[in-house]
Amino acid sequence: MFYREAGQYKTSYVADQAVFPIRQDRYGIAIILLVAFVAIPFLGSTFLLQAVMIPFLIYSLAAIGLNLLTGYTGLLSLGTGAFMGVGAYACYKLTSVFPEVNILVWIIASGFVAAAIGILFGLPSLRIKGFYLAIATLAAQFFLQWCFVRIPWLVNYNVSNAIEVPQRQLGEIILTGPNSTPLTRYMVVLVIVVVMTWLASNIVHGRIGRMWMAVRDQDIAAELMGIRLLPTKLLAFAVSSFYCGVAGAMLVFLWYGGAEADTFNINQSFFVLFMIIIGGLGSLLGAYFGAALIFGLPILLRYVPAELGLPLHSATVEHLSFLVVGVLIIFFLIVEPHGLARLWQIAKQKLRVWPFPY
Amino acid sequence: MSAKRRPPGEVLLKVENISLSFGGVRALSDISFEIRRHEVFSIIGPNGAGKSSMLNCINGFYHPQGGSITYKGRTRRQMRPHEVASQGIARTFQNIALFRGMSTLDNIMTGRSLKMRAGLLAQAIRFGPALKEELEHREFCERIIDFLEIESIRKVPVGRLPYGLQKRVELGRALAAEPELLLLDEPMAGMNLEEKRDMCRFILDVNDEFGTTICMIEHDMGVVMDISDRVVVLDYGRKIGEGQPEEVRSNQAVIDAYLGVQH
Ligand SMILES: Nc1ncnc2c1ncn2[C@@H]1O[C@H](COP(=O)(O)OP(=O)(O)OP(=O)(O)O)[C@@H](O)[C@H]1O
Ligand SMILES: [Mg+2]
Repeated sequence: MFYREAGQYKTSYVADQAVFPIRQDRYGIAIILLVAFVAIPFLGSTFLLQAVMIPFLIYSLAAIGLNLLTGYTGLLSLGTGAFMGVGAYACYKLTSVFPEVNILVWIIASGFVAAAIGILFGLPSLRIKGFYLAIATLAAQFFLQWCFVRIPWLVNYNVSNAIEVPQRQLGEIILTGPNSTPLTRYMVVLVIVVVMTWLASNIVHGRIGRMWMAVRDQDIAAELMGIRLLPTKLLAFAVSSFYCGVAGAMLVFLWYGGAEADTFNINQSFFVLFMIIIGGLGSLLGAYFGAALIFGLPILLRYVPAELGLPLHSATVEHLSFLVVGVLIIFFLIVEPHGLARLWQIAKQKLRVWPFPY
Repeated sequence: MSAKRRPPGEVLLKVENISLSFGGVRALSDISFEIRRHEVFSIIGPNGAGKSSMLNCINGFYHPQGGSITYKGRTRRQMRPHEVASQGIARTFQNIALFRGMSTLDNIMTGRSLKMRAGLLAQAIRFGPALKEELEHREFCERIIDFLEIESIRKVPVGRLPYGLQKRVELGRALAAEPELLLLDEPMAGMNLEEKRDMCRFILDVNDEFGTTICMIEHDMGVVMDISDRVVVLDYGRKIGEGQPEEVRSNQAVIDAYLGVQH
């Protein structure tokens, strides 16, 4: 009874085509944005910003990227980590060569570099799918990671063989480097992630999103309707890698402050894949749910029991999180492939008819 | 029932000497026929006769080893799916091939993909022309939804719909492309009487109102005889009869091969 569209008649297709046609959803989004843009910056501690919110947002963006490819287009990829790495290394190279150009421009530009590499490794998807495509993307993962280790030019021949994030400013405000504040970095990440989520939402609700889902659900029917499979799949690879690339650049420049090749290993790929499996394949909201759960769980396990007076050993925390995440993945793969996002929908549906069972 | 509608026009599609085999199986041998504009043309025949294979050749999914297909005056040895679709051929499938994870509305909207122009960037910011285009096409799809009387299920994921409705949505998706030639592979299979009657009405209305040429595969003889202008009969990949429904019905080879076994 609290959440329902009764009385909210759509008088035009504009209103009905809106992304959030139900009023309560719009209020919900407004409140979340208010919290994210006002409450958290004013009230949040450095710890909350640096250790929770920044990585949560960055991983949400990476999960959205992978979800566009795997959840919406049905192409399984194990190369997410490497594509994030491409973004990070591209951003580092670009800002080293052209330091006078604003770093924000380079963060976005590095997405385009990742998109180009993504298209290249997406080419096999015309001939192969499913398991075999996953193996092909795995090859991309290992090849790119090998490049990160073996090509010292990528890190400007640093002796550490690692990215060392330089200080970059926007006017007087320090955006990156050791002297930047978590608050500034949080705000930058937040703006980029919100804008890119909005763009992704528009894409998946338009012609291109429908073509992706058509290819996912019935590629033969899609092809016979005149949808060209290869360009459609390559576009999914491009847009997905763009998102992962930007996420990777932000991961290094706005969170870690430095990175080596191993930052972008296969574990990173699985990390993001687990997020979309638990959060929900084919749902943007699911990407946030998944990132919150996978990223938030270890933090909760570390701090909540400690507050309650039974601190867990850090190894125990790690094992426990692995256990819980593993169980959840099995649960969602078997019971609810649409993940937490679907459970959320069901809950809303129940609220709509509450207190009646139907 | 078949009150004369638009008179058949010039030849829209001409199939000449098509042969198709899979390894040792000859699915089609030397098949020729013509479909004229505005007519309702049916392909009938027993199971495995090669009917679906024929449709698959027409829209370029199968590549026949011999023969040629002339569509709108252009002769090709093989059709190519993208080209065929953009030239105005749409189809439905024997085993429903809907996009199961998408809603009825989205399925139908996908049918209009080729008519939409806005690029990635315009769609990403959903502004100006892209939004306008989306809404125009939405309006067109709503007309199809009204026409097929499926207003109440427009937001329902098609995977959850009963079989009869899925067939209807699939017709809607094909209609969204505004085809000149509509290929229907057993549009009424597995339906009850009432659903069949509705489907017949939709097919005839489409043919009537938009002049769409229909090429249909159907097993229900009553329906075929009622609504077709012309019929071609296949058996073991060969053409064994062709003509108006009455002629076909009285053709001895056809009775032996097909109608005979049913009665
Ligand atoms: N992709 C394929 N690979 C191998 N054999 C095929 C293929 N498609 C069709 N065939 C064979 O071609 C023959 C004709 O099949 P088709 O599906 O065209 O028959 P049909 O007339 O549509 O039958 P039904 O009424 O059962 O739908 C059958 O013997 C079938 O086994
Ligand atoms: Mg068939």
